[in-house]
Amino acid sequence: MSTGTATMVGRRSPALELPDTDGAVRSLPAPGEAPATVVVWTCNHCPYALGWHDRIVAVARDYADRGVRVLAVNSNDADRYSADSPDAMRARVEAENWPMPYLHDESQETARAWNAQVTPHVYVLDDQRRIRYEGAPDADHMDPSLEGAWLRGAIDAVLEGRDPEPAATDPVGCSIKWKRVRRGASP
Amino acid sequence: MKIELLWWRGCPSTDEALALLREEVRAAGLDPASIEVRELSTDAEAQRERFVGSPTIRIDGRDVMPPGSEPVGLTCRVYRLRDGRVSPLPDRADVREALAGEGG
Repeated sequence: MSTGTATMVGRRSPALELPDTDGAVRSLPAPGEAPATVVVWTCNHCPYALGWHDRIVAVARDYADRGVRVLAVNSNDADRYSADSPDAMRARVEAENWPMPYLHDESQETARAWNAQVTPHVYVLDDQRRIRYEGAPDADHMDPSLEGAWLRGAIDAVLEGRDPEPAATDPVGCSIKWKRVRRGASP
Repeated sequence: MKIELLWWRGCPSTDEALALLREEVRAAGLDPASIEVRELSTDAEAQRERFVGSPTIRIDGRDVMPPGSEPVGLTCRVYRLRDGRVSPLPDRADVREALAGEGG
């Protein structure tokens, strides 16, 4: 179902070490610590991220008792998009009682390392931090009845030691809001 | 009647928005070829147009879904459909009413 976007599937995941909305630094589980981990790039003002959000939250709640970790990451340039500021992120987590930490990638280096392109952009990792699925949560951001089927299917496959099918889909959403490169500065 | 679609390439909704608008323009007995499609690509253009996100549809200069206090900027627009769902596109009924001059 992927149409050619470069995929990270099969690779060991890049590092991830970012502050959550309380300032605590979070990182990926150590190898063997969690049977599966979901990392999802998201944000506060994208209609695609908002449309899929409840389905991702439901996944986090439904798989928590099986030890699956879910980490949400916001890499948007908060200087230009105040809706994605750390204060706005914290307010949303508190108001909506998120079941997963919401991490702020201020430098955007983590997004670049993971090749995250849009919000939402979902990755499913196995217990050795190998990326086993990358793409969208399911086929239609406007159809809640799909319940994040691709994401759930990928987690189920990883938990059962199978290869996810599909292993990659095209992520659909708003482009990550990259910081502008100042003239004379290195990119 | 001036019909405009303003868009920004950071959002994937433009083709869908244009298709929706063309359908409603045709249904209103107007010529879809009259739709002015304009890409905005700089912050200065967004400020000049008071652009609050992509896609934005204006009929005779009036937004089909007036944005209120939404900040100006190159971003994807969040619409709320009449059934309450969040959407990257305006509700089709709002576009239809705007074309019929019923937007208030």
